[in-house]
Amino acid sequence: MTLPNEHGKFGKFGGKLVPETLMTALKELEEQYRHFKENDSFQRELSDCLKNFVGRPTPLYFAERLTKKFGGAKIYLKREDLCHGGAHKINNTVGQVLLAKKMGKKRIIAETGAGQHGVATAIAAAKLDLPCEVYMGTEDIERQKMNVLRMNLLGAKVHPVTTGSKTLKDAINETMRDWVTNIKTSFYCIGSVVGPHPYPMMVRDFQSIIGREIKKEILAKEGRLPDFVIACVGGGSNAMGAFYPFLQDRVQLIGVEAAGKGLHTKKHSAPLNKGTFGALHGAYTYLLQDNFGQVQLSHSVAAGLDYPGVGPELSYLKKSERILCASAEDEEVIRAFKLLAKTEGIIPALESAHALAYLTKLAPTLEQERIIVLNLSGRGDKDLQSIQKREVK
Amino acid sequence: MNRISQTFQRNKANNEGVLIPFITAGDPSITESIKIGKKLFDCGVDILELGIPFSDPIADGPTIQASSHRALQNGMTTEKAMDIANTLKNHGPIVFMTYYNIPLQYGLTKFVKKAKKCGVEGLIIPDLPIEEAEELYQLCKQNNMSLIFLVAPTTDNQRLKHITTKSSGYLYLISSLGTTGAREKVQLETKKLIERVKDSCNGALPIAVGFGISKPKHVEEIINFGADGVIIGSALINKITNGSLTKMEQFVSALKKSTKMR
Repeated sequence: MTLPNEHGKFGKFGGKLVPETLMTALKELEEQYRHFKENDSFQRELSDCLKNFVGRPTPLYFAERLTKKFGGAKIYLKREDLCHGGAHKINNTVGQVLLAKKMGKKRIIAETGAGQHGVATAIAAAKLDLPCEVYMGTEDIERQKMNVLRMNLLGAKVHPVTTGSKTLKDAINETMRDWVTNIKTSFYCIGSVVGPHPYPMMVRDFQSIIGREIKKEILAKEGRLPDFVIACVGGGSNAMGAFYPFLQDRVQLIGVEAAGKGLHTKKHSAPLNKGTFGALHGAYTYLLQDNFGQVQLSHSVAAGLDYPGVGPELSYLKKSERILCASAEDEEVIRAFKLLAKTEGIIPALESAHALAYLTKLAPTLEQERIIVLNLSGRGDKDLQSIQKREVK
Repeated sequence: MNRISQTFQRNKANNEGVLIPFITAGDPSITESIKIGKKLFDCGVDILELGIPFSDPIADGPTIQASSHRALQNGMTTEKAMDIANTLKNHGPIVFMTYYNIPLQYGLTKFVKKAKKCGVEGLIIPDLPIEEAEELYQLCKQNNMSLIFLVAPTTDNQRLKHITTKSSGYLYLISSLGTTGAREKVQLETKKLIERVKDSCNGALPIAVGFGISKPKHVEEIINFGADGVIIGSALINKITNGSLTKMEQFVSALKKSTKMR
């Protein structure tokens, strides 16, 4: 069964819950996407871009010191932090912006939380010569200043969002409003596997290069598939990218959400673990909400995970028990962040450090013959200032 | 046939357009909402759209976003909105306008039945397209609740026909591309849209135009383009927030006068 179905549904999740003004645009987007997906010239151009501009394939790195430290399973890190721009986000943006160009769209708009997707969109737009505008919550602008500077330098205009909680969910709202107003000329480049159909499918497809490479690389190195693939989950794009090619295999897939100050508090970003079924940003999915359906504010030390919703396909995979949903709290995330830096000489993004925090608990429990692949979704230079601020307090 | 359809029929016979104001339940407070609702009916409005505020109103511009936010800060809930409707039901016909997650969490059947009990006779859910509306459509049909869908300038004729078959009460035409929010002028595309929809609809359903209407002149133009009704939200909320209820009354009376067909 291919998912999503023609209505964009993954079981009861997904779909298109958007104002009427967007319906025609979504239909057009899906038609164009399907057309270009099968188009050799488009695929060649995209492959070329991924290889020569993004820097793919990224290494599957055997973390020898980390493995020895835990004394358990073999740990491999998929180095998405080595992508151009510093995170996996660019795999998706080059795909979408190239599609926008082929569709004759004149303008790219995007939302961003941590700023990585905003930067990745600005990068793709600069390369493909399209004007770019990014919506970012003022809370996020404050904690990820370097990304704002990068976007400006790349030629993108950053619109501060001051409504609601001033974070990612509000940036998405504002970008949707822009799209509704400028639907004919503008292409909305969504950063994760969220939103109305066809976005969750399209973003997953573009990010699946991660999982396809992992498969090839691990088979070459170990002659077999991994036992576990672990990834952090915010909206879910790096997780779906890593997981998707393994869905039919005997591989345990683990998504690690942000437990923030603890799942027992109201200060976390864990809709898979603690959310309920609802409708947000165009799709049926699990989200953090009160009894009346008002969306709750999320919290995470990692801006890129600070979202009260999650991609509908991940909600589906949780419901069908294909993935295990774990979480990591802020303090243990920071410890894992520092551990990787000192043990392997790699500074991970705080988002990716959530997966690492879980790894520190899992790896020691497994026999040495077992293989874990962890998707290192991004690098952590952007996080150094805010970590430092925390230490000083 | 409920009071919504009756209102359109009655007004048409009197050569008058239907005036439909929108206010957010609980903005600035429950008591004020009730007061405003009563005054609006006293001023001659025909149908009241009562918004149940939602934390993430993607179809709304800054005025209604702020209005929703105020209402939520003051503790507005779905239950309280039902109470407000119940208090106003004897003053005139009411429709609820809200985002889909709200009735979804309440329970669709429970929501439709409770709303009906509280005197609400129509539902407008801007983020629910016909493709996802089958369950709600059936519930509304069973409970004589009008299900009012939105039609945009981007809706092609084939889709328009499909939407019309699922709609009841009236068709909500979005006057121009964008979110809610008062605009300076009525766009040419509004005239074209009204004509196209009337052509396609063939009188099957009354047509009300909303988004951006902010002056009596707009109302006059839209009624004369052939629309059966006019919806006014942000401009009204601005008047309420920035002025007095008296100023609001004067504004609404002027709007109502402008619904007379030439």
